[in-house]
Amino acid sequence: MKFRFVLRRLLVTVPMVLVVITLTWALIRLAPGNFYDSERKLPPAVEKNIRAKYGLDEPWYVQYARVMRNIMSLDFGNSLRYETETVNDVLRRTLPVSFAVGTCAYLLALLVGTTLGTVAALKQNSKFDYAAMGFSMLGISMPNFVLGPILVLIFSLTLYWLPPARWGGFPSKSLVLPVVTLSAIYMAYIARLTRAGMLEVLRSDYIRTARAKGLTERQVVLRHALRGGLLPVVSFTGPALAILITGTVVVERIYALPGLGTYFINANLNRDEPLILGIVAFTSILVLVFNLLVDVAYGFIDPRIRY
Amino acid sequence: MSDERTPQVPTEEGRSRPNAWEAGEPALTPRGTPPSAPVAGRSGAEIHAFPETAVGEGDVRTAGESAAPAKGTSLWRDAWKRLLRNKLAVFGMYVVGIIAVAVLVGPWIIRMTTGFTYDYIPPGQTLSLPPFTEPDGSFSWTHPMGTDAAGRDVLARVLLGGRISLMVGIISTIVSLLIGVTWGATAGYLGGKVDDLLMRIVDVLYAIPYMMVVIVLLAFFGGRGPLQQIFLLFTALGAVSWLTMARIVRGQVISLKNQEYVLAARATGVSTPKIIFRHIVPNALGPVIVYATLTIPSVMLQEAFLSFLGLGVQAPYASWGSLAQEGIQNIAVFPWQLIFPGVTMALTLFSLNFLGDGLRDALDPQMRKF
Repeated sequence: MKFRFVLRRLLVTVPMVLVVITLTWALIRLAPGNFYDSERKLPPAVEKNIRAKYGLDEPWYVQYARVMRNIMSLDFGNSLRYETETVNDVLRRTLPVSFAVGTCAYLLALLVGTTLGTVAALKQNSKFDYAAMGFSMLGISMPNFVLGPILVLIFSLTLYWLPPARWGGFPSKSLVLPVVTLSAIYMAYIARLTRAGMLEVLRSDYIRTARAKGLTERQVVLRHALRGGLLPVVSFTGPALAILITGTVVVERIYALPGLGTYFINANLNRDEPLILGIVAFTSILVLVFNLLVDVAYGFIDPRIRY
Repeated sequence: MSDERTPQVPTEEGRSRPNAWEAGEPALTPRGTPPSAPVAGRSGAEIHAFPETAVGEGDVRTAGESAAPAKGTSLWRDAWKRLLRNKLAVFGMYVVGIIAVAVLVGPWIIRMTTGFTYDYIPPGQTLSLPPFTEPDGSFSWTHPMGTDAAGRDVLARVLLGGRISLMVGIISTIVSLLIGVTWGATAGYLGGKVDDLLMRIVDVLYAIPYMMVVIVLLAFFGGRGPLQQIFLLFTALGAVSWLTMARIVRGQVISLKNQEYVLAARATGVSTPKIIFRHIVPNALGPVIVYATLTIPSVMLQEAFLSFLGLGVQAPYASWGSLAQEGIQNIAVFPWQLIFPGVTMALTLFSLNFLGDGLRDALDPQMRKF
């Protein structure tokens, strides 16, 4: 049953990636102008050569077929801007940076968010609860491009504790501020989701049964309540990845990190079609596969789910 | 409501006294108010004059008529009362109100008092003045938020930015409302295969990293002109933020169309459009309003992201995002150029979120987060 569900979802996932790519490709193609346009008008002969070199003189369906073939074989060709590198080279170079920042941010958010949410739910309507919820509302409302510079202002430019920008490798001080900036909003979401989920679960019959059996509060919370209370957090993981990607773009811009997001924005400004398509394809596959994994995991955690 | 077991009082003609619905009186007005005055119950709570609530002889309506006309409590007035009890929501409402008024009339007042507008660059090159400072360093009220790198008044720019940010937020939300409500109501009302298809599309669309597509759209089609850019912005943002709305509306419509009062209305011969607009729509409105209120800040945040990346609102216009982007260039030397637009934006989003949360608690007690 589970196997069939996964198979069906995979069958939907593959066309979805192709739809996203097609949409992006169509947008790029429908837009006026060309990547080689500049202030100076190119001589017609040069323009003709460029068009021939990149296959722009072929009919659109031939070009489309070529793009699709490239996507299927996961070979996106050479970047137009970084001419000596293939798109895959760029991905290989930038991905570790984004991956390190994103993963650390999500883990931090998960850790702090679930803890805050659980404690807030257990001490409902206490001072701690109000403080935690006010704090998480602030986290949701504070754009990360405001939070980031304020953190820089405090920790780098006033206290001189941490570097304000630039990438210093994986385990380094330069990771701290980007990770904190990026994780703030998830931390807030996760704390709110955990609190709501826990409050609902703590009122349910099986928790009353667990208490009636004489289990300690610790056992009740850790073994029984958390399992049900964290379900909303699990289902948030999928959308979180999509927001994480957007967030990464901004955070990488603030801290001048050489990650995927920075390259995506530059690729757009440079009209670097292969690179744009490569990054869009890569992230779409990532997000869709991730969503699938979350759905499958959901079935294992929550025995009530039937596919 | 039209329950045949309702106690019926025989009249002189020997037939039962006509009930309210037989007399052509609707059980509920379109706003959900009972057409006749409710009466006070035992604990002082008001009881609505529905036949179900009838106690003893006759129906309560008779008692209501003899009593002094009590004020009816509608769903909306109830919700309003609950909202006013929520201090944070009231705080949010005030802040949003003040900011809305400020961005509407503020630029005009500034032009009248100090002569500055969002794009006025004073001659004489007095760049980046700190807040409350004159070019010679003395205190003055001319620039309460200082000036930016071109010498423009930051306050005037923050107000203009707010105008555009709020406008994009509201218009995008309306776009998402139009798409989401139509989609969700169609799916929910028609049900069956149509419902399956429409909602499967929503499920699938949920998984797409939209912002990437929006970024491509703005990068390739933007830059035509500042006004077209803003138009592009709210269409794009509206077009990607309707999914949750469609789900909410569908859920509401499905749960409402099988409710007993809809059944009752159908049984008494109310026409289908009347059922939808008098009975289903007003009752589905609560969650829609709540979610729309929460969509505004999230769209504003997305607009700010895009503007921060240089893809959103373009000069000479500004939004809070693009102001923050300008401010971040000189953060070490002129921090106020980032802090004022940034904090104003955070405060607005904060208040809108609190207001939305409060509205949810007030309008939708089932969705309450305890």
